[in-house]
Amino acid sequence: MAMLDIRDLHVAFPRGKKDEVEALRGVDLTLEKGERLGVVGESGAGKSMLAFAILNLIAEPGRVSAGRITFHGENLLELSERDIRGIRGNRISMIFQDPMVTLNPVLTIGTQMIETLKAHRRISEAEAHRLCVEKLRLVAIPSAESRMSAYPHELSGGLRQRVVIAIALLTDPELIIADEPTTALDVTIQAEIMALILKLCRENDVALILITHDLGVVAEVTERIMIMYAGKCVEEGPTRTIIETPAHPYTYGLLRALPQNAVRGEKLYQIPGAMPPITALPSGCAYHPRCARATDRCRAEIPALGPEGTACFHPLAPAEAAS
Amino acid sequence: MISWRGVFKRFLSDPVAMAAGLVLLVLVLMAALAPLLAPQNPYDLMQLDIMDSEMPPAWKPGGDERFLLGTDSQGRGVLSTIMYGTGISLLIGLGAVVVQGVLGITIGLLAGYKGGWIDAFLMRLADIQLSLSTLMMAIIALALFNAAFDANTYADYAIIMLIVVIGVAEWPKFARTVRSSVLGEKNKEYVDAARVIGLPARRIMWGHILPNTLTPVLVISTIQVAEAIMIEASLSFLGLGMPTDRPSLGSLIRSGFEFIFSGSWWITFYPAIVLVVLVLALNLLGDWLRDVLNPKLRRGDN
Repeated sequence: MAMLDIRDLHVAFPRGKKDEVEALRGVDLTLEKGERLGVVGESGAGKSMLAFAILNLIAEPGRVSAGRITFHGENLLELSERDIRGIRGNRISMIFQDPMVTLNPVLTIGTQMIETLKAHRRISEAEAHRLCVEKLRLVAIPSAESRMSAYPHELSGGLRQRVVIAIALLTDPELIIADEPTTALDVTIQAEIMALILKLCRENDVALILITHDLGVVAEVTERIMIMYAGKCVEEGPTRTIIETPAHPYTYGLLRALPQNAVRGEKLYQIPGAMPPITALPSGCAYHPRCARATDRCRAEIPALGPEGTACFHPLAPAEAAS
Repeated sequence: MISWRGVFKRFLSDPVAMAAGLVLLVLVLMAALAPLLAPQNPYDLMQLDIMDSEMPPAWKPGGDERFLLGTDSQGRGVLSTIMYGTGISLLIGLGAVVVQGVLGITIGLLAGYKGGWIDAFLMRLADIQLSLSTLMMAIIALALFNAAFDANTYADYAIIMLIVVIGVAEWPKFARTVRSSVLGEKNKEYVDAARVIGLPARRIMWGHILPNTLTPVLVISTIQVAEAIMIEASLSFLGLGMPTDRPSLGSLIRSGFEFIFSGSWWITFYPAIVLVVLVLALNLLGDWLRDVLNPKLRRGDN
């Protein structure tokens, strides 16, 4: 049985008195122990919503309206608040986008780390302190001992993200969800942090869900990719296959839009139009208004994710995609 | 981030804040050290002599050098009673703010963090409390208390009663301030991060959000001390506050008020001056704190 198994997950937000709009419209996902999955999509595609749904932390008034999320056979959506707290930050950790704002500005690094540890383990202050320093060393923070008494604003962005990673690793989780962990960082630091996350996941056999809109990062780090569009998974498969021979026109468009795939001297490619807001989804396939291959069938029917991992009526043949 | 060293530096460079702080320090020291400094213990009946009553200040004809600011109708030195009375006024002011703070912060945190019907309920409660004037509430409560117990019991528990009554009547100010700060803080990512870590709501509220809302709490605390002292003085002036044998500044003003027209103006005048100076210093300090701690008003030099 897979470690994490998500089936037909729907997240809905109320609109007006009776109506609801769906931010996630039936997402399936499986993750094995130690597996690294990339979740890619534009802003608003529902990537972060998926992460918060896994931890059962969808902000009010939103709710999981259908589906099931099983972690080691337990449905996380049915656990009591107390039990789910025992999983959050303990067996499943999360790393956020902006380390400038994810650490509490008025508490020292040490206070925040020890508090995390003590929320999940019955250990002495001294033992907690020792473990925290050990993890800070693990993420290559220089003079780890003295950083324990530092406040977040005394550290640089890169160091802060290392602290956040150290906090995520404190309880030796089985799964880390990283929500755009390098977006807010300097380009030179980005590669370092990504390499650190990859190394730590490999060494400790930790599974990773990497949420990003950077296909380049995903290609380097993950084994599988899931492409999301307007609250649905449109394509899913091994990283190499998807990068080399995308079948969904949207994935193909994203890859073509990468600057490194552009032809010198030509204008950079961009997918025409913008992703529709969840409040005004088109009929049929949500991508059809932007898709060059769309037909009447695309406008009428919603394509399901097929066994080959593509939700499209007119997928690209490998020969077309490779060009 | 506000650095306390920076705040202290600004304090030293602001003459108004310095003056207010200095005045407050002098008054607090005077009150705290009253048993050592005061020329006379006004609570000790053995030291009082009715023959000394209604003496004018020492530099006036008929004045006595033992009583620098004159004496009241019972022969107590006005200077000594002011020293002791300032202490009682400050004690009530601080105590009331502690009660307000504990109530208001708890309710404000709950309302802001939980939201929904809890928020609606608690804030309507605050609205109701605010729509009843503090003075009216206090007068009703203290009048009942006065009527229910004999004078001795009343005198023994007057301080505690005043602290509780003023504290309960004024909690909405803290609750509203804390709630609005919590609403600003609770959507920040460090709160999400704390929830993702698996901390319970109680710990997130008190350990993570509260420390980030303390700046406005500090500011209103200062102003509310002044407010509470004023309310206590008003109540004492109306005869519902501290009894005359353990006078606060308010009851001193009241006890001298009857003698103004007989020419003994000093019994009322000096306590009133001290009250005004005390409240003014607290308010100036509160205003200054609000300006300094508000990053939007901060000058470029910090």
